[in-house]
Amino acid sequence: MRPSHKSATLLVLIPLILLAPVFFPSSFYYRVGALIFINGLAVTGMVILIGYAGQISLGHAGFAGIGAYSCALMPVHWGIPPVLAAVFGAVISALLAWLVGRPILRLKGYYLAVATLGFGILVYMVLTNETWLTGGPDGMNVADSGLRDLAKSLGINMKNSEFWYWLCAIVMVAGVWLAMNLQDSPTGRALRAVHGSEVAARTVGVDVARYKLQAFVISAVYASVAGSMVALQNEFVTPDVSGYMHSIEWVTMTVLGGAGSVLGAIFGAAILTLLPQVLTAFAEYEQLLLGLIMMLVMIFMPDGLLPSIMRRIRGKDE
Amino acid sequence: MSELLQFLFSGLTVGAVYALVALGFTIIYNASDVVNFAQGEFVMLGGMLTVFTYAAGLPLPLAALIAVLVTAGVGVALNKLAIEPARGAPVVSLIIITIGASIFLRGGAQVLFGKQIHRFPSFSGDTPFRIGGATILPQSLWVFAGGIAIFIGLYLFFTRTLTGKAVLATSNNRLAAQLVGINTNWVMTLSFALSAGIGALAGVLITPITNTSYDVGIALALKGFAAAMLGGMGNPKGALAGGLLLGVIEAMTAGYLSSQYKDAAAFIVILLVLFIMPQGLFGAKQTERV
Amino acid sequence: MSALLSVEGLGISFGGLRAVHDVSFAVKPGEILSVIGPNGAGKTTLFNMISGVYRPGAGRVMLNGEDVTAMRPDLLARRGMSRTFQNLQIFQNMTVLENAIAGFHLTESGSLMADLLRLPASRARARTAREGAMRLLERVGLERAAETDAGNLSYGRLKRLEIARALALDPKVLLLDEPAAGCNAVETEEIDHMIAEVAASGVAILLVEHDMKMVMRISSHIVVLDHGEKIAEGDPATVSRDPKVIAAYLGAEAGEETDA
Repeated sequence: MRPSHKSATLLVLIPLILLAPVFFPSSFYYRVGALIFINGLAVTGMVILIGYAGQISLGHAGFAGIGAYSCALMPVHWGIPPVLAAVFGAVISALLAWLVGRPILRLKGYYLAVATLGFGILVYMVLTNETWLTGGPDGMNVADSGLRDLAKSLGINMKNSEFWYWLCAIVMVAGVWLAMNLQDSPTGRALRAVHGSEVAARTVGVDVARYKLQAFVISAVYASVAGSMVALQNEFVTPDVSGYMHSIEWVTMTVLGGAGSVLGAIFGAAILTLLPQVLTAFAEYEQLLLGLIMMLVMIFMPDGLLPSIMRRIRGKDE
Repeated sequence: MSELLQFLFSGLTVGAVYALVALGFTIIYNASDVVNFAQGEFVMLGGMLTVFTYAAGLPLPLAALIAVLVTAGVGVALNKLAIEPARGAPVVSLIIITIGASIFLRGGAQVLFGKQIHRFPSFSGDTPFRIGGATILPQSLWVFAGGIAIFIGLYLFFTRTLTGKAVLATSNNRLAAQLVGINTNWVMTLSFALSAGIGALAGVLITPITNTSYDVGIALALKGFAAAMLGGMGNPKGALAGGLLLGVIEAMTAGYLSSQYKDAAAFIVILLVLFIMPQGLFGAKQTERV
Repeated sequence: MSALLSVEGLGISFGGLRAVHDVSFAVKPGEILSVIGPNGAGKTTLFNMISGVYRPGAGRVMLNGEDVTAMRPDLLARRGMSRTFQNLQIFQNMTVLENAIAGFHLTESGSLMADLLRLPASRARARTAREGAMRLLERVGLERAAETDAGNLSYGRLKRLEIARALALDPKVLLLDEPAAGCNAVETEEIDHMIAEVAASGVAILLVEHDMKMVMRISSHIVVLDHGEKIAEGDPATVSRDPKVIAAYLGAEAGEETDA
């Protein structure tokens, strides 16, 4: 990826976001759009972890759970406004990622995968079983964030679904901007050096453990904010937000779209968010088709959708 | 004391199934470096296919045999149709293929068998034996016996037969194996068949106790994966130890502490073990060659 | 002048097999010390111990008067040690230029926040590193390949890229593991000149190389290893006449012939 890819990424992304609503026949589409952006935000974090630093996590939905339940719990117990709670949630996620990341990131490959999976499941279990605090599997309400009223007072009057479409879009684009900044920065290069060859990274002076931890913490914050967005938008949370299926889904989106680039991962997020919606038309065949499509994409485009498509457009056969 | 024994029995029963799933992971991992997340679906298919062939009027042993063979066939198909064509793809991509396969098989099972819970009768009735104040189901003994038979059978296969040695050689060094004339494609196919068959057999053995439905595979795959990592990836002994240990920890936690947190306890133990032994209990330590 | 880098009684075993045993030597600034010996003599293992990749089983490594035995490679880098690898360790996921920039990690890295927000400070650091990297690429003759993906380079050019990356650290001690492997005669001579130039600027160089002509030409001092032990040491002329050295090499070659 060259530096110019940052502007290219934003130049592709922003017009798409702006133009898409033209084709939306109902408010349902705005909701799906918002969901794509929330997943897009989470996978942008995954690109920093997987694509840049070359580390894997099957537990990042755990951080989404922390972000989501911060928005639910803090307003009730401490009277903190939900939006501020999202910020605190991100801080807690960062601290937790820093704490668990230190021992976990010494593990490699599949061992790292299973350890992070374990972490995610622990968060999920606490959210499910501590019913006195979290309402258990039935979930709990989240106070109105007041963001829409704020927008109204500023003269922006939109339907709820439209409002969240735009808000999620803004947050995701901000996340993309940060991630793209990082890519060509000294830190980004150090992360990619760790990915390329740990031993060589060390010999040029990269504190490998520290940079892995940074990538882990940053991606945890992305996941946490994504979780908060879900909670604030739905004004309701269930432990499901932290389920391991979400963690696996995010990794799948990232790899399917192309883990090397933010745009690719967001493309993957869009496809895997849309597919189930489209496939509901096939009723009971939904899962069957979803699995089939995933396999076909990876068989014929092993580097991910976007890199393969780009290569075909450029006509280069590498 | 009898309580402890009771928990131990149930832990070992479940643990034996985890061990078999972990063994399935190990065989495919050794042949291809891929963690096959569709491994749990093999267990589901084993149980499901037995349910339906048995319901169609076949005697139970024949139904079970058909289920195992058909599932092994599914394993071969997975390798031939999805893994082999993607040869050379990054390992993560191969893993996503197996996740896709797992969703696909689950979706297929949902279409074919519906969403209900299914079961078939135990092999030798449901009258429990009493041992030291605890009870144990005859089916649990079948699970133990089946597990032991598979592990011994595989041990003999890998150490005593030429084919088994070829598989081992391939897992040690694929290129070298090819150079001495081993058909590594065939080894891959065999590994998928074996591992699918073993998964299916685990499904056949455990279904009379736990029942089955189209979606039991994911949880089993994750537990089996965790067990394999706990033991040390790539080592059959590790798969056995990891599986049994995981089952017993779960049963003990459920019995003495809290049934809600049994999965949590298992993963806490896994995390602790990995912090101390980053390669699992029996994993080989690797030295970086630069 | 006193030694910049010295190793004292260094040794390591792998699974009971003695790979390196009781090796000592010292390098002064501006000196080129070559470690030679037949294949499997333990040269790369020795490098890996000195550069902190392996933990030595015995002995110690002193850098600038400080005991740095088994110190992490990134901390050694901070203390002025830099190296290349026999089996290339290139960042395949980066361009040639980015590989060279990565060598400037210690001078270009700053606060994470500045990098995330792309603050002027971060951009300035990155720009300086980029300019430095470009100059180094010119020095090793790779400036025209700067924007190529590193994975697409030939072996010989990757070797030179590794040298550029190692030089980017502005090292006091430089460990070169077979820098001329895979290079043709012209390239070898260029590398030869470059090494001499770097040494002349006051860097202590530790060299493992199979090209004996090159070793004899540029080394100020040679250490000969065989079966993990030091069997001879001295200036090129002395070492090349040493009967033990000749025996070791002839023995190894005779062995190789019978193997083939």
